[in-house]
Amino acid sequence: MTAWLLMLALAAPLRSGLEDMSPALQALQRDDSQNPGMLWVRQGEHLFGAQCQRCHAQPPSAKRFPALSEGKLMNLGQRINACRAPAPAWGSEAPELLALTAFLGHRERGQLVEAPKDAALQADLREGERLFRQPMGQLGLSCAQCHDGQAGRRLGGSVILQGHANGYPVYRLAWQDMGSLQRRLRGCMTGVRAEPFAADDPAWTLLELYLKQRGAGLPIEVPAVRP
Amino acid sequence: MTRAIVNIGPVRANQAFEVRTLLQHPMENGQRSDENGKRIPRRIVTEVEVRFEGELAWSAMLGPGIAANPYLAFWLSLPSEGELLIDWRGDEGFSHRERVAIRFAP
Repeated sequence: MTAWLLMLALAAPLRSGLEDMSPALQALQRDDSQNPGMLWVRQGEHLFGAQCQRCHAQPPSAKRFPALSEGKLMNLGQRINACRAPAPAWGSEAPELLALTAFLGHRERGQLVEAPKDAALQADLREGERLFRQPMGQLGLSCAQCHDGQAGRRLGGSVILQGHANGYPVYRLAWQDMGSLQRRLRGCMTGVRAEPFAADDPAWTLLELYLKQRGAGLPIEVPAVRP
Repeated sequence: MTRAIVNIGPVRANQAFEVRTLLQHPMENGQRSDENGKRIPRRIVTEVEVRFEGELAWSAMLGPGIAANPYLAFWLSLPSEGELLIDWRGDEGFSHRERVAIRFAP
């Protein structure tokens, strides 16, 4: 059983969720005067100037995350919280954190997602991949089974996407709101009737690290729009 | 802090041009329930007014069917340069204003 699961890998060429959206939604993402995510980008720009620029003359790169920082694997949001310590950390869905991560990610829109190359991250990458392939929940489904094995086919009328993270934070029409990768993955886990990891569980960042390698070569689309 | 984005292309005297606005607002329609089954009260933008140099140029009345973070685009034609005021008003005393200085392109 495990061997079969390990054989699942993305056989098809990389495909961003953007390509599976309707022409109207693709146009919505591409038009900065309509893309609702731009509201958070503007907010982030304002917040950066007010709170971060005193140390960061230039906005730092977002695409290098998740990365090792102060000896720990951190994603961009966790790194921002570390900068702000001892101020209380922002939760993953805090409007300020979504705004800042949207602003920083947007600056690198169009550049390509890069596979993590740091040798010190290889063990974390393997753990992230293990989580991706781990059957979970009442339905005993792993991420790989749907998003590697069945990508392009349909579940209940919707196309199963390859499940890349190249557009996060993302404006999701189903949420009528901006949300983080963690929010989306929580939705996936609930969908297979699994108990989502706790908010501060390292599993989220490990998965994010693996998804970055898995989606390497796709253009960064922050802020993406998704149904 | 409420955010709004207003995009206007090049403007020339007495030539129709498009104003595109995007407002950050949850537009809670009043039909949803929270996880305890309690109805979430309605909280929407109800009217938008656009004034040019004090004169009402365009207005809209919005209902609960409008999605969150409403995008409103409309066309204007102006005889002169001047100040455009866009006012959004809604439930719970919501009010937001954007001022745009209209300058003609060559």
